Amino acid sequence: MTTELNNPAVQFTPDRLTRAKEIIDWYPEGRQKSALLPLLHLLQEQEGWTSPEGMDYVARMLDIQPIEVYEVASFYTMYHLNPVGKHVIEYCRTGPCCLMGGEEVYTHLKQRLGVDTGQTTVDGQFTLKEVECLAACGMGPVFQIREKYYMHLTNEKVDEIIDELSK
Amino acid sequence: MATKILTQYIDVPGIETFDVYRKQGGYTAVEKAIKTMTPEAIVEEVKKAGVRGRGGAGFPMGMKWSFLAKPEGVPRYLVCNADESEPGTFKDHYLMKNLPHLLIEGMIISSFALGANKSFIYVRGELMYVIRILEKAIAEAKAKGFLGKNILGSGYDLELIVQPGGGAYICGEETALLESLEGKRGNPRNKPPFPAVKGLYQCPTVVNNVESLATTSWIVNNGGDAYAAIGIGRSTGTKLISASGHINKPGVYEIDLGVPVEDFIYADEWCGGIRPGHKFKALVAGGSSVPILPANLALTLENGDKRLMTYESLSEGGFKTGTMLGSGGFIVFDETSCIVRNTWNFSRFYHHESCGQCSPCREGTGWMEKVLHRIEYGHGHQQDIDLLVDVASKIEGNTICPLGDAAAWPVASAIRHFRDEFQWHIDNPIEATQPGAVYRGEMALV
Repeated sequence: MTTELNNPAVQFTPDRLTRAKEIIDWYPEGRQKSALLPLLHLLQEQEGWTSPEGMDYVARMLDIQPIEVYEVASFYTMYHLNPVGKHVIEYCRTGPCCLMGGEEVYTHLKQRLGVDTGQTTVDGQFTLKEVECLAACGMGPVFQIREKYYMHLTNEKVDEIIDELSK
Repeated sequence: MATKILTQYIDVPGIETFDVYRKQGGYTAVEKAIKTMTPEAIVEEVKKAGVRGRGGAGFPMGMKWSFLAKPEGVPRYLVCNADESEPGTFKDHYLMKNLPHLLIEGMIISSFALGANKSFIYVRGELMYVIRILEKAIAEAKAKGFLGKNILGSGYDLELIVQPGGGAYICGEETALLESLEGKRGNPRNKPPFPAVKGLYQCPTVVNNVESLATTSWIVNNGGDAYAAIGIGRSTGTKLISASGHINKPGVYEIDLGVPVEDFIYADEWCGGIRPGHKFKALVAGGSSVPILPANLALTLENGDKRLMTYESLSEGGFKTGTMLGSGGFIVFDETSCIVRNTWNFSRFYHHESCGQCSPCREGTGWMEKVLHRIEYGHGHQQDIDLLVDVASKIEGNTICPLGDAAAWPVASAIRHFRDEFQWHIDNPIEATQPGAVYRGEMALV
């Protein structure tokens, strides 16, 4: 660990730092890079997004080059490489959900929020993203906010969810 | 007819906890395996059972295990593939969420059989809530002495780690999964060497699907022969089917392999029929990658016999009139479904999920999406259908991993069986792009 690690722009809270060390210890000696995906999740859970400063911090923690973190973070879809709203709605756009009316509900959701895919509402409350299959096809249409799945969506249900989260 | 090997206790309240699972006979298979069986004997039972990989490829699990290299002094790894991302498939999600201990028990037995002391469950990152369920269950099993050092006083040590993915369909391909587990982009590796020789950290590794590993406790308790007695021919045992689309009862069902497709769709025990007032148009039987079939071919073989839910019967007729069991992602389409739109949707999926390593897949999936998009949106050219067939044929078989095939088959099969529908879109762009417009020409609805 280098000295910069003691005072970076982004750093884990004490709890998360303990967790990060636990995760790094899961892997065999010299294979600490394996902890990269879990640590990026931990970072995003704390910061809300995967910032360049955060990625540099993780790189130093794992003693790897920053580019090794950037290339991974940009490959996977779950890491938000730009700041996002308070709630990120990840909406399934894949076939089985569409069969259950997913496209119509999505149109309604966009109108309700007044944003298009990839945008954040003016008040910073919601960011809307389209994702591919979330492995909940029998319960479609589906979207996810953080760890929670919202299933069997209808226009009315979407309104209720947005009302609830806007409180 | 309905043997419940995996889901027998799924409705028992609290079954996700160690105590309730244990009360239902959970972990007795671990005791039996570790105290009374040799690793070789367990491998032998799994071979006898004839379980085929439940992730989609259908490769016999026991045979995969027997390929594992065992050089002296080199660790061996077992990795559970819980990256379930194939559109139409949600059975592993269901199994892990409800029965975390069934997977953990299977992992302990399988790790012992393979001589692994550190095993991983790689779960797609979107299922973070399921990861937390698994971690809690692992902690319980460890506290009861079924994981960790010196399990049940046998001298056998096992550490079980749950690793989240980052959101990438390609990581369901086993070598991409291993790359991801090493903290890299999920680019599939060239094979050989196969993971059984050089896998995780270049050490011998077995990668198995959740559902496959979950069968091992029943096999240890009841014997491989008893497992093989269920099902038909080389399609032994039970299979979890994820049923979605225009049916009355979407959900996950455990069936004996060999149930007729017709019964699975219409019987109240399973899908409960096509939703009221509608007719059966098409079926994707094994996840978005497998060829789509029109209703008549889905239900009946060319010789008039009923098509069955087995690896063999579903693929009967080759790609001309058959399909594949795949992962068991069973998507049912009624007459309101537009096959062109669905094919475009699936193509967009594969384009989005291509890792970009092989040019036929990286470029070809993009071209297919683009051409399908213009047909769907009323700008199709007369030569587009042949162009799609040509592009699909140039992807298939020309890539490092099967994602290329998986992208090509849905397109090729949709054109093979629904060519008139594509042609109608090209010939009638104004009509075809009206909201809710669907081809109503001649076709066999059931």
